[in-house]
Amino acid sequence: MIRFSHVYKSYPNGALALKDISFRVGKGEFVFLTGHSGAGKSTILKLLFAEQKPTSGEVRVSGYNVSALRVDEVPKLRRRLGIVFQDFRLLEDRTAGENIAFALEVIGARRDTIAARVTRVLTQVGLSAKSRAYPRELSGGEQQRVAIARALVNDPAILVADEPTGNLDERATRGVFQLLRDINTGGTVVVMATHDLDLVRQTPYRTIELRDGSVVYDTAVDETEATEVS
Amino acid sequence: MRLLTREALLSFRRAPLLSTLSITTIAFSLFTLGLFGLVAINLREALRGIEERVEIVAFVLRGTPAETITLATQDIAAFPEVQDVSFVSEAQALERARLELVEFRDAYRDLQANPLPASMEVRMKEGFRQSASVERVAERIRGFAFVDDVRYGRDWVQRLDQLRNVTGLVGLVIGLAFAAVAVVIIGVTIRLTILQRAREISIMRLVGATNWFVRGPFLLEGALKGLLGGFLSLALCYAGFRLFRDTTGGPFAGLVFFRPEHMLVIVVFGVLLGLGGSLVSVGRHLRNV
Repeated sequence: MIRFSHVYKSYPNGALALKDISFRVGKGEFVFLTGHSGAGKSTILKLLFAEQKPTSGEVRVSGYNVSALRVDEVPKLRRRLGIVFQDFRLLEDRTAGENIAFALEVIGARRDTIAARVTRVLTQVGLSAKSRAYPRELSGGEQQRVAIARALVNDPAILVADEPTGNLDERATRGVFQLLRDINTGGTVVVMATHDLDLVRQTPYRTIELRDGSVVYDTAVDETEATEVS
Repeated sequence: MRLLTREALLSFRRAPLLSTLSITTIAFSLFTLGLFGLVAINLREALRGIEERVEIVAFVLRGTPAETITLATQDIAAFPEVQDVSFVSEAQALERARLELVEFRDAYRDLQANPLPASMEVRMKEGFRQSASVERVAERIRGFAFVDDVRYGRDWVQRLDQLRNVTGLVGLVIGLAFAAVAVVIIGVTIRLTILQRAREISIMRLVGATNWFVRGPFLLEGALKGLLGGFLSLALCYAGFRLFRDTTGGPFAGLVFFRPEHMLVIVVFGVLLGLGGSLVSVGRHLRNV
């Protein structure tokens, strides 16, 4: 589903954000990207949804080669992804339901299907009763659930989440995280950047740790090697 | 499509003052163009009437044989610019003078000899009545040996020509200056809308809206403002036209307004102005969202 091959990313000011990053993510995986701020987590996510292009190396996502993606192909790639951010990115002047419907409207979904799809994802994230609530009337955890519902409404192959629990208290964090696990159980690949190490340690999922733009640890690789050695 | 229209109309509600300003600027730009256009159109109408009377008069030397004149007349009539040539004999000239110049009837009656020369009157074909063609034909006629003098309304034909050109040019320059201002103001309005809607736009992009889908509402907004500006300018032009015609009256009673195709051009130009302004702004600012 995702393949990074010797990816480098440098910014115009000369700073090197990523150095020789290589990893693969297969179908049905749940992957944590961890590391301090500035380690390169967000850059990897931006490459995933083609917000940026690698300086060198190859990034392949769901059949698209991000390194050589044409401008008009970016929307096509993004329709196969669901993207969730720490700050929810909801439109304040629209209700929860309208926020989700918006994501369908702007990609030209058929109008008669929109209401049913919105109801379905709202139920999936446990907010079917809050369809008419505005973001300001919802708690942080609920707002993030709406954002996740919006990301899910297009049935994405991959859910990309950048610190989705970063603004939430512990209880809300557990709820949102459980939701992401459920989504993954349904077959969707989840790539989640986080610096919440407690969360990472509690779960058996694969973890890719970054430091200064390089992968320093990848449970998939290191544990396989450890098994092979023993 | 419904979403596109809704988003485009929403900006009118969000920034009513700026929207009104852009529409008014477009309207004034087109109003200026329109006013000068009206003057130019009416001058052309007036000139057409005058030009039909444009003729060249070649006075013939006394004693020129009739057959020479007949040959020359045929010759001149064959010029591509010439509609017809008529010969006015000395006697006919005197007769005409007696009829037309009533004040001098007595003076002409008492004449012993006819002082008036014979002449050839040349009328030009339509399309050759501007000063350049008239002058060219006049020069060729002057080349005949028996032609004493050639007269034509060179000065006023030229002056009318110039007046029409100058009117058109002044209108164009002022109108274009206004148009440039309109484009800038529309650009600023669109930029403000883009900034206001930055969050919405970034979300649209994240969920996979195409570039044209993101741009669509802005372009439609610009085009709509142009359309409204175009209609407003026509209304202003018509009001100005009626006011002028009805208050002055007299020689100006026959003034004409734009024909439907002219009005269409004005409105289309308005739409293009609006579209141009938003295209420039969208191209420049959407990238930074």
